[in-house]
Parts: sequence; C-alpha cells; structure tokens
Amino acid sequence: MKRFRLRLEPRSDLPKWLPWAVPVGSFLVALLVGAIVLSTTGQNPFSVYARIVDRAFLSDGAFSGTLVSATPLLFTGLCAAVAFRVGFFNIGGEGQFVMGAIFGSGIALKLGADVPGVVAVASMVVFGAIGGGLWALIPGILKTRFRTNEIITSLMLNYVAAVIATYLIFDSQSFWRELTGSGVVFPKGKVLPTIAWWPKLDFGSVIVPFGFLLGMVIAGWLYVLQRKTRFGFEMRVVGGAPTTARYAGIKPNRVIIAVAALSGALAGIGGATDVGNFRHILDPKGLQQSGFGYAGIVVAALARLNPVAVVFVAILLGGITNAGYALRGPDFPSGLVGVLQGLILFCTLGGEVLARYRVKRSSPSDVIETALEPA
Amino acid sequence: MTQDSLVEAATAPAVAAFHITKKFPGVNANEDVTFDVRVGEVHALLGENGAGKTTLSNILTGLYRPDSGWLEVLGDRVNFQSPRDAIAAGIGMVHQHFRLIPTFTVAENIALGSAHDPINGRFDLAAIEERIVALSESFDLPVDPRAKIWQLSVGEQQRVEILKVLYREARVLIMDEPTAVLTPVESEALASTMQSMARNGRSVVFISHKLGEVASIADRVTVLRHGRSVETVTENDVNALASLMVGRSVESVQQTTESMSLFVAESAPVVLEISDLCATGDRGLKALNGVNLNVRAGEIVGVAGVAGNGQRELVEILAGLRRSSSGSVQVDGESLENGSTRHPIRLGVSYVPQDRMGTGLAPDLSIAENMALKKYRRPPVSRPPFLRQSVIDSEARELMAQFDVRAPSETTPTRRLSGGNVQKVLLAREMSGDPKVLVIASPSQGLDVGAVAIVHQLLLDAAGKGVGILLVSEDLDEVLSLSHRIAVMYEGRILDTVDRVDADVQRIGLLMGGQMEESA
Repeated sequence: MKRFRLRLEPRSDLPKWLPWAVPVGSFLVALLVGAIVLSTTGQNPFSVYARIVDRAFLSDGAFSGTLVSATPLLFTGLCAAVAFRVGFFNIGGEGQFVMGAIFGSGIALKLGADVPGVVAVASMVVFGAIGGGLWALIPGILKTRFRTNEIITSLMLNYVAAVIATYLIFDSQSFWRELTGSGVVFPKGKVLPTIAWWPKLDFGSVIVPFGFLLGMVIAGWLYVLQRKTRFGFEMRVVGGAPTTARYAGIKPNRVIIAVAALSGALAGIGGATDVGNFRHILDPKGLQQSGFGYAGIVVAALARLNPVAVVFVAILLGGITNAGYALRGPDFPSGLVGVLQGLILFCTLGGEVLARYRVKRSSPSDVIETALEPA
Repeated sequence: MTQDSLVEAATAPAVAAFHITKKFPGVNANEDVTFDVRVGEVHALLGENGAGKTTLSNILTGLYRPDSGWLEVLGDRVNFQSPRDAIAAGIGMVHQHFRLIPTFTVAENIALGSAHDPINGRFDLAAIEERIVALSESFDLPVDPRAKIWQLSVGEQQRVEILKVLYREARVLIMDEPTAVLTPVESEALASTMQSMARNGRSVVFISHKLGEVASIADRVTVLRHGRSVETVTENDVNALASLMVGRSVESVQQTTESMSLFVAESAPVVLEISDLCATGDRGLKALNGVNLNVRAGEIVGVAGVAGNGQRELVEILAGLRRSSSGSVQVDGESLENGSTRHPIRLGVSYVPQDRMGTGLAPDLSIAENMALKKYRRPPVSRPPFLRQSVIDSEARELMAQFDVRAPSETTPTRRLSGGNVQKVLLAREMSGDPKVLVIASPSQGLDVGAVAIVHQLLLDAAGKGVGILLVSEDLDEVLSLSHRIAVMYEGRILDTVDRVDADVQRIGLLMGGQMEESA
C-alpha cells in the first residue's frame, strides 16, 4: 500500500512579483468565495459587488464616508504592522484604541473651551498616544521580563479597557460622564467643547478628516523610520533574527519595548481621532461594536506590514465597511461585511503560506528521512 | 525448532550489521560498517564526533534505512521499514536527550507508545505499575512508578528511559552517550546496571567517546572513524583505543604546515587572556571549570575536544552571549565586561559562530545589511538617526570583491547563499573592523572541500596580519593543520596545551578521552 501525504517545503527564492501578486490574488479568491456565499443566500453576487463599489467609492459623497471608516483602520493597521514587524504580536490594538479615546477625550474636556483649537487638537493627539502607549507597554514589559505570551496578555487587556470605558460612563459619576440634562436619565459622555472638534478638510468633491491626513503623515514617517534609520535597522534585525540581534550587540528586549509603546501609541492616536474627529464624545458601546482593533490586524496582514500599503488597504476595507452601512437593509444581511473581511483575512494568510512554501506530494518514508537528516 | 537451530540461535549475534553504507548529501555518514553484538555483551561504539556513531544507531533502530548493507537479528536477516519494526525485533534505544513528558508519571510515560498492552490490551495502570516494579527490581533500577517525571533527577529519568525500553521487551539496548548527562556517581551506577542487564541475557550497545569508561565497562569495542568501522577489539588499554579512535600518524600532521610559520614570537603580545573562567551550562550543570588560556597576536590556538565539553560555553562568553560565574577575560589588557555583547565588539573581539545562519546572520536581510551588522552604530555608516545606505552598499561591494563572495548582488538575502559564501560573508564582516582577536567555531563544518580550503587560507591570512585566533573545532584534522598550539578541552577544563611541533596525536586522543596520563 502506497500512501501519499502533502508536504510543505520552503521556497528557496521568491520571485519579485510574488509579494504583490499574493495579496491581490488572495483578495480575488476571497471575492470568489464571497460570491459563492452570496449565491447560496439567493443574492446575485455581481450586483452586490457592484453596489458595494458604488456605495464605497463612486456615488456622491461615498468616498468621504469611506475615509471616515478608513481613519480608525489606518491607525489600528499601523499599530499591528509596526508591532508584528519585530515579532511582537500585539492583538491589543482594540484596547489601546479605547485607552487613547479615554485619554484624548479626558484632556479635551479638561482644557475646556478656553484654549486655542490647535492646542486642544495637539494635546488630544499627545494624550491619545500616551494612553495607548502605556496600555501596550503592559504586555511589552510582561513579555520581555517574564516571557508571557503577548498575544494573550494584549488580548485580555482589550476587555479590561472596554470595562474601564464602560465604568467611566455607565457605572460611575466620572469626569467623562454627562451629569446634567438628559445625561441624568440616560448615561452618556460629555460632549467635547467644539474648539476640540478636529477639522474636516473640504477638497471640493471629497471631505478629508484631519485624522486621516495625520495618519497618512505618520505612515510615511514610519516608512522612513523602518527603512532609513538605525532604529529601523535594529527593528528589522530583531524581527528577522533575534539571536543574531543579540550577537550584534542589539538588545532585543529594548527594541521590543520601544516598538510596543510605539505600536500602542498609534492605536491610541486612533482613539483620540475617533472622539476628536467623529464622535466628539466618549462612547464605550460604539467603540466596542466597531472592533477597529481587530480589523486593524486584517489591514496590517493584507498590507504585508508595509506602513504605506496600510493607507491603501485601510481605504479599501473602509470602503467595504462604509458600503455595508449604506446598503444595510432587508435585502442586505448586516453580517455580510464581516463575512467578507473574514474571508479576505483567511485568504491572505493562506496565500502567505503558499507564497513561502511550495506544496509537494511525498511518501511517508521520505518524510522520515528529511525530518531526521542532519543539518 | 531443532536442537541445532536452538544452539545456533543461542550463539548467533543478538544483532549484527554487514557492510552498512549511508550517505547524506556531501557526507558519507557510514561506509562499509560491519560489526556484531553478542547476546549478553556490553559492546561499545567508540569514535569522535562525526565518526558515524549516531547514524549507525539510527539505522539499527529503524529511523534510517541503509543505502546498502544489511542487518541480522539472531542470525535472521531483517529489513526495518520504521522504528516500529526495530522495536518488534527487540531493539530499543535509550536516547541521550530524554523523550519523557514531565507532567506524566513514570508508569504513564513507560506505557505511552507501547503499541499494545501485552497484558490484556486495556490501559490497566495498576498492572503496568506492577510490571515496572518487577522490572526495576530484577535489573536493579530503583524508581517509583507513580512519581512524576519533573520530580526526578537526571539519573532517575535515565532509568525511566531504560525501563521504557526493557518494558517493550527489548533484548538489545542502544545507549547514546548515556553518561554525558550524569554525575560521576550516577555514571558508576549506570555501569553496574549495564553489566547486570548483560548478565540477564540482554545486549547493550554503548556509544561513547570517553576512553576510560569504554575500557572499564565494555566487553568488546568497535572503533568508528570517518564513518568506517576500523576494528573490533577486546582491548581495555586506553592508549591503544586512543590511537584507534584518532587514527593518524604523527607524520600526517606535519604535512600541512608549509604555508605558515611554526612558531609565534615569544615577544608577540598576548591579545586574549582567559583566567580561571567558570560558567554553568543550559542545564544548570557546571560547563566551565576554571579555563586558563592565552592567545598571542598572530597566533592560532586550536581548541580540540569532543563536543559538549564546554567549548560552546567558552566561545559564547567571549562573545558576551553568556555570563561567566567567575574568572576573567582580558582583551589586549582590558577586561571584558561580563555578559555584554557590545563590549567585545568595541574591544575588537570578532566572533564567527558555529550556527552561522541562526546566530551570525539575519537570513532575510541582504548581504550588505548583514555586513553592516556590527558597524551600523558608528560613522561612516551611521549618521544619526539615519543610516547611509550608499555607504553600506559600497562597503559591502568592496568586501564581496575582497573575500570573493559569489552572489547576484549585495542586496541578495543571505539565506539564498551557499554554505561557503555564507562563511565568507561572516569572515568578511568579522575581519573588516581590524579585530585583535577572532573567535571562530567549527569554521569548516558543512562546507565542501574547496570552500574549506578557502576558509582555512583566510584564517592563515588573518593570523599573518597579527590577529590572535581562537579556533574551536571538533574536527581534529582541522585543528592540527591550522594551529600553533592545541588546547584540549575535557569536562569544562583545558586538560593540557601542546605545541603543534611536538603534537603527539595519541596523546591528544587520550586527552580528548579525558586521560591525563599515559597509563594502561
């Protein structure tokens, strides 16, 4: 009896086109599988996709709405991309985003209406970064000091952050909570003074939120940081070969801690953007329902951790989300957008495996031989 | 069964190998190996690292299939398709690194993987424990079957490994370097266990490089050298065994010396001075036990010895990757900070590790970036906070030309390079900062003959420029042909240092086997 098994074998060399072809191909496969799902639910996949493209990018004002949806994804995407680059698997973008929102709204409320708008916005950016950065430092320190798994600790801290935000608005008479007017009956956050509302820049056909511009600038800065600076070089060595980094005199733990803080700060600025640019209020329920932190991981994976690519992927996924809001109705299942995003992530990760390895058929005895061959 | 065949079965070897050849890409791990193990015998396989001991035991236990040659068990030819066949034929392996589950009990570990419970097919832990107790009594292997593995000492864990094999009714036990992990007292107990197993009609194949214990425990010894079985002897004279194991005449050593001077001037300054260095290894045992060694400028000092005698710990301390527990290292008169990886770089200690891809290089980064790995903090490469890519690239191109690195370009990731080119990239980087000391571990391991010659020439060139070189290698030929002085390491100490001009190979062989004096 001859049995065959499938075996993955690392590819020795990657052709130049492969890094680009894989995400694009994965995206197309995801659309294909999505089409099958749609067909089974009685929808015409072509018309659904056409409507998504229309409502995401083409129709009147659609692109402006897409940028609104893309802004938080841009920040959480950068958060994941920069952390994953050094092998720090920060799943905590969600919680760091929430902490950024808490800190950002806190400073805006504290400063009140009597400061110049520039000061209010700048302080929110800084405090958002501090809030998210501190929150990400916890798993960073736990990992480097006690070798705890950052995936678990950062994930758990997401729930802690959500509970803190809920407590501030629903379970206490905190500084963030509106205690007058309708707020007495229905718990909700204080509205930020209008001076602290972030600007939206009108370019005629498109309205660009200030937060999105800020995110683009940060993405460019991160690209330069990673490709051109000493710290970026250290990041690449630590991410690719931690033992070698140590051998070369780099202290991997320091790099990881710094990147953890940076990563959290990015998500935190995203949280500040969320309150400053869009909600103007600390809204725990809204934050939890959006799940920006988790979507950011999808963004980073699709962008292959490249910060500039994150901008474009955020717009793409933001478009799908935006179209999902616009199209939601009796003939358009609300879970569809989530299904599509999940399919895209799944196909991207699958595609990643196929890009790095080739699949071979082999007999079991070969498996033994190759597994035990001396290195 | 007739009377004759019974007699024959009783006298046929418990297991025998005939003309076994096994090749791996670039290596003939075993070549025409023939030997036999009698029933009730302790049979030692003696050889240096890479002599083919492990490959042979993997063939005996069915992990590998030989390219040619065959095995016989009690006179019958067998063809093992998998380890299961070998177990069924009564051959069991006691691995050097234990394969036990720490949170399971002794009995659970022993029962685990026994394909079928010989008692009644059920998982009857009480019956299993009973059988273990019986076995441990008859072979004098005291162990509590209900103890969890993590509670046991290393010696006790090894007993569990042995019991595991006996439980599967093995008649031949292959023990791979069993004393490597044991304390002297535990080793003695193990020796008596081996002899009691032999008295009980089991056969023991005992793999070792320690001459003393081989001579005292084994009934017969088969010596392997460069993959071949040299001879099977009943010898218990360590001197004779040492010559068989090392197997070179003194003349052959002297041949390769033409291209270098035999002596380094007494006046040459000492660039590396190691005094009373002690350290613990990964398992918490003492790995270095007072190492003293000097290297002069322009001198190549070879550290010979069988792997696992502290060489790895020694070089890791010099590179700052491991902390010493006491003692000191002076580089050109300055003390090396304990456990700092940057300080050795600053003092001019270059290090080419044995694990080139895993420690020496970042495989996904380009040749140019890898070459910049130790100079990116300093100008001209660094212009804070930026790095000057143009400088990185042009310096890499220069080094690639100088060291003849064959690659499409300096942007090629190092993981795509051949072994020889990887070593050239490493040497290029480590030599480029004008080092005072070069520490290099197993420089030619895994390289083809041509690449070995190039690497050796590069080392001789470096010594010619006045670099003090500490060459750590398990390949005795390499050490003998390159070194001015040879230091032999055994159990965390330099047993002795000999000048290459009067290097007596037999004596080095004895030292590698832990024998200080030439004695019978």
